[in-house]
Amino acid sequence: MSLDAPPKAIAGPSSFIDDRIGAGNFLKRNLRKVFPDHWSFLLGEIALYSFVILLLTGTFLTFFYKPGMGEVAYQGSYPPLVGVHMSEAYASTLHITFDVRGGLLIRQIHHWAALLFVAGMMVHMLRVFFTGAYRKPRELNWLIGVLLLTLALLEGLTGYSLPDDLLSGAGLRITQGVAISIPVVGTYISFFLFGGEYPGHDVISRFYSLHILLIPGILLALISAHLILMWVQKHTQMPGKGRTDTNVVGAPFYPSFMAKSGAYFLFTFGVLALLGTVAQINPIWLFGPYTPADISAGSQPDFYMGFLEGALRIMPAWEINFLGYTLPLSVLIPALVPMGIIMTGLALYPFAEQWITGDKREHHLADRPRNNPHRTSIGMAAITFYGVLWLLGANDWISAKFHIPLYTTTEIGRVAIFLGPALAYFVTYRLCIALQRRDADVVSHGVESGVIKRLPSGEYIEVHVPPAEDLVEHMRGKQPIPAITAGPDGEGIPSNGMRSPIGRVRAKLSQTYAADTEAISLDGHGNGHGAHETPPAAVGAGEDGQKSIGH
Amino acid sequence: MTENPNDPGLPEERVPRRVLGTPPPGNGSALGAPVADAEPIVHEGVQFPDPATARKGERAAALLFLVAFLAGVGFVAAYVIFQVGSIDKVATSNMALGGTLAVALLALAAGIVVWVRMMMPKYSLVQERHTMASPPAVREEIGATFLQGANESGFVKYKLLRRTLLLAAAPLGLLPLVLLKDLGPLPGTTLRHTVWKKGMRLIVEGTGEPIRAADFNSPGGILSIVPEGHEDDLNALAKATLILIKFRPEDIKPGTKLNWTHDSIVAYSKICTHVGCPAALYEQTTHHILCPCHQSTFDAADGAKVIFGPAARPLPQLPISVDSQGYLIAQSDFAVPVGPSFWERGDAEAEARARGQA
Repeated sequence: MSLDAPPKAIAGPSSFIDDRIGAGNFLKRNLRKVFPDHWSFLLGEIALYSFVILLLTGTFLTFFYKPGMGEVAYQGSYPPLVGVHMSEAYASTLHITFDVRGGLLIRQIHHWAALLFVAGMMVHMLRVFFTGAYRKPRELNWLIGVLLLTLALLEGLTGYSLPDDLLSGAGLRITQGVAISIPVVGTYISFFLFGGEYPGHDVISRFYSLHILLIPGILLALISAHLILMWVQKHTQMPGKGRTDTNVVGAPFYPSFMAKSGAYFLFTFGVLALLGTVAQINPIWLFGPYTPADISAGSQPDFYMGFLEGALRIMPAWEINFLGYTLPLSVLIPALVPMGIIMTGLALYPFAEQWITGDKREHHLADRPRNNPHRTSIGMAAITFYGVLWLLGANDWISAKFHIPLYTTTEIGRVAIFLGPALAYFVTYRLCIALQRRDADVVSHGVESGVIKRLPSGEYIEVHVPPAEDLVEHMRGKQPIPAITAGPDGEGIPSNGMRSPIGRVRAKLSQTYAADTEAISLDGHGNGHGAHETPPAAVGAGEDGQKSIGH
Repeated sequence: MTENPNDPGLPEERVPRRVLGTPPPGNGSALGAPVADAEPIVHEGVQFPDPATARKGERAAALLFLVAFLAGVGFVAAYVIFQVGSIDKVATSNMALGGTLAVALLALAAGIVVWVRMMMPKYSLVQERHTMASPPAVREEIGATFLQGANESGFVKYKLLRRTLLLAAAPLGLLPLVLLKDLGPLPGTTLRHTVWKKGMRLIVEGTGEPIRAADFNSPGGILSIVPEGHEDDLNALAKATLILIKFRPEDIKPGTKLNWTHDSIVAYSKICTHVGCPAALYEQTTHHILCPCHQSTFDAADGAKVIFGPAARPLPQLPISVDSQGYLIAQSDFAVPVGPSFWERGDAEAEARARGQA
């Protein structure tokens, strides 16, 4: 049975709204808006839905949580802590956990959702980076994304501190130790943040208003802007059959994409609910109330803070005293430099790439990571840099579990933080080139069929068959990386801009960045494969076929 | 928003907004007349699944939706049945509530996915993209309009107006910063002092009891110490907490200030000089104090000098002695600021030496 006219329940309100705001024109354009399909395009949605779940569960938690540092004696239903003096914040978190039905569940979902929110953003960002989806016209959305990631870290930090248990207090203590190390204004920042000396009586309520009002408000606004821009600019698509830089191929928003997104939200929520049920997270009742005099060994922050923790751990003890002032480099450098390198690098990359390649065109076709080897290598080097710091943030656990002396892990980290990224860069670059060559091989010679053929001359060859059409189209989506040249064609006289030292560096960078892309050609070379049943098999004898590979 | 809806010839225009699906055979219309033989309307890029798959999908999706319904009802039941109020009850309630919620959500999600994948068409619709930039003519017009408005407003022409307007806005922009001043007091010299003073007894953390030097007599022993009268004062504890270690006299190395010890009992600040975690781990055989946060390691026998890790300075030593009843007391406050380094700290150790306090 199919519908011949919209049902009254929908037609009525629709007309009512259209009469008043003219929504019809918008819907006409957008109801069947096409969304390209690729599994990696759904990573950002994980973050989006986690955020929605964070708002829902967070609101529930605020109904019971008391952001106060006033001292109370615990009288709830967790026997080991009855009578213990603690802050209202910690007592109310215990109350949520043990005396509110579903309280523990919602708390654990909230914490897991926070982890998934940041993890989703990170993976989504890597996808956008490696496919070059940040390129014009999407630089603004990329910048919004970088801002979102930074704010999410801050949101996580402020939320993590709210239960005011011994573990979260250790995180707060480190935060204060970092804040106070900032030159000139550090002590003032610390005193203003904490309302005086650490820990004071204000920081929980201050973090609370930051955590539930200010930062989520900004996040919400930026996420909305992020989605609107994505909608207006249309999503990028993977290269493939019929897909170009001027079209978008995929499924319509209504009904298919809408239903899939709804299901995806429910999946995200369902997985988080499952984690909240079976995977204990932050069991604050085991840690006890915060006191600056105590700590437990093996303390770990949430995963997204691990890289800062690792940076603090591998830093040598550098501190400079001059003219009666102190520059605590052993805190400043690890607290600011890695974060600065990563966030600034992310924010500037689209513009740096544009400057280097001189490419001012719009791009809507995503790159396959292998087809831009330098970008991919830079990305992998950055991941390695982050990853080494992150691992070192748990070096005490690594030391304990793998029986490596503690100081050895630190010393390895001090070397790996420099060697690791360089090595990752080199290996990734070679892998990208190798994968490109393989693509060229598949496109020009087909894929192995498993059939061995004996030639009249007695030589054995394996018969290659043409690869599947969609595979070839996907590979042929490779676009050469543009490069600026040092001089205008013809006369050989470089332009003024290119003759300056910066211009020469730029030209050099540009040549390097684009190197190897022209060399591996995916244009067929007259073998006429595809039409033939058995295209010329090149294994064994086929060096002649590889006219353009390598150099 | 960028598409021109009136642009003829767009591929999406070929797809009517009201999509008439292929009716699954066997499903009667409202009148009971079979509609299965009606000619399906074909749209480019829209490929319906075959009816058998769709029927199978419907059964699977319906089953999943039923499971979701039951789990949803189960959640309400679990809320009513399982109370909280003890660890075991909370564990049961959490399992029941979370289990039903997760099943409800996952079954619903799976049902929708089955619906989309097995019953909805496969799509390969094509839409054109349009460059983001507005046409040059539009840009020109906007530019002209801007100039017209700017000139009409007189903002360019009337200099006095413009300058006083900017002047008026400047202090207003600063007001929020000024307002934030009362967030906290200024640091002053508070970071240079702790609550320790001459004669204040050392209290064992957790017991609230002072300790006699004679009772702390096993070499290798370590205690966490808080100042008398400040046992619950977190601000005081954040700077004044100590670790108290009893040595064999022959183990003490020259870095330790002997006249600040009593009977080979040494007191160091427990607050790490790196970023302020309590340096709480002590290894008896090596006399190493380890901060669990970032693994700064101090040699307790040698004035708590740094052996390894990111801390740049030793843990400050507190001068101690005993009162007339034999209880351990402080001789004075610390000679240098405790805890993490800060800009105004300077080389406090050198200053202390110059004052003759070391």
